[in-house]
Amino acid sequence: MSDTAAAFKALNRDEMANRLAQDIPEGWYVNLGIGAPTKVADFIPADREVVIHSENGILGMGPAPAKDQVDPWIINAGKQHVTLKPGGSYFDHATSFAMIRGGHIDLCVLGAYEVAENGDIANWATSATESAPAVGGAMDLAAGAKRIWVLMQHTTKQGEARLVESCSYPLTAAGVVKRIYTDLAVIDVTEEGFSVVEMIPGLTREELQARSGARLRFDRLNTAG
Amino acid sequence: MIDKFVRSMADAMEGIADGSTVLVGGFGSVGQPDALIDGLIESGAKDLTIVANNAGAGRVGLAKLLELRRVRRIICSFPRSAGSVVFEELYANGEIELEIVPQGTLAERLRAAGAGIPAFFTPTAAGTQLAEGKETRVIDGREYVLEKWLPGDVALIEAWQADRWGNLTYRSSGRNFNAVMAMAATTTVAQTQHVVDLGAIDPEAVATPGIFTSRVIHVPYGDPEI
Repeated sequence: MSDTAAAFKALNRDEMANRLAQDIPEGWYVNLGIGAPTKVADFIPADREVVIHSENGILGMGPAPAKDQVDPWIINAGKQHVTLKPGGSYFDHATSFAMIRGGHIDLCVLGAYEVAENGDIANWATSATESAPAVGGAMDLAAGAKRIWVLMQHTTKQGEARLVESCSYPLTAAGVVKRIYTDLAVIDVTEEGFSVVEMIPGLTREELQARSGARLRFDRLNTAG
Repeated sequence: MIDKFVRSMADAMEGIADGSTVLVGGFGSVGQPDALIDGLIESGAKDLTIVANNAGAGRVGLAKLLELRRVRRIICSFPRSAGSVVFEELYANGEIELEIVPQGTLAERLRAAGAGIPAFFTPTAAGTQLAEGKETRVIDGREYVLEKWLPGDVALIEAWQADRWGNLTYRSSGRNFNAVMAMAATTTVAQTQHVVDLGAIDPEAVATPGIFTSRVIHVPYGDPEI
């Protein structure tokens, strides 16, 4: 934030969601975690059919309704009012999580506190002794979806790294994260650890590494864009 | 003639003993059987184990039951939500036991109870602190956690339509835990918004066949809170 002459401008939340949305191909069944990932739905290109799943029993979830068109019976996992698209369906919780654990969901986008270089994710509790922890569907999604992408700020507000060698917070699932979209970069989680595939303009490799708690590889960096 | 409709809340709550495990349907306020929860409060049953996705909000319904110190233990996935003040207070004071269960594992433990499956292996929570102390097994190269079924003595659920055999439909995302819990309890009590004649529900549209339903009470209370 106080970098002298910072030559880059970090993405805002909408831009992050938009960046991720561009990588979701037509035909995927996608679950968006509560919080920032929910926004991804707003940026999926209009000509692309992607089916959004909500763990409380909806496939084909649509955007939030206009204020005077709220149907109180249709809510998402974050308990916000949403809509159902033509072709959508409702089902019970056991069926919904069968879709998740059974590997039928192509992608789940989750927020996270930390992601480790082996793909471990911590996103449900900030300490082992937290009062009244709440896990919701995070562990089922993290363990069950075909692929997990994380959407998160590259560092904490205090500037601490969220990409780490090993998570300090309690794990949500071990070794599941495939890709991370931050306000600074797109990073794959590979057998060899974090591999940067894209960086925002003006940011140097050294600056990105300095904001990361584990070694970054740049041999797959796409410099074309 | 089979007629599962009861005329009074007292009849709906008949036989709910102290110490019962009570499954409470709904996800947030959608599909939550508010009238039955009030009936449970009225019944005086205490020392209860409550199984629900959430731990109540505000000071009404489930939160009120908690506040009256009638719940010994709560089993849920997401106790902390907007307005879960009563639960958090009790939990902080050590006045309620909490078993935190991942949402899909909660649903599957209920389904398993309804389906006569005493335990199952799931990938959820493997390698996390929620698997500590639990049996694990590597099957086809991946680690799984053994989870036991979660049968209820009573299930309280909310339906959209019901006939006298107890065939039920649900409204939109109101199906959630209701259809699963209906299978998982010895006694399943449904409150329904609409009463319809036997045969009026399209057989293809019955979400909970009457075999799972013990009692139905007509409570046309309207839409969930916005």
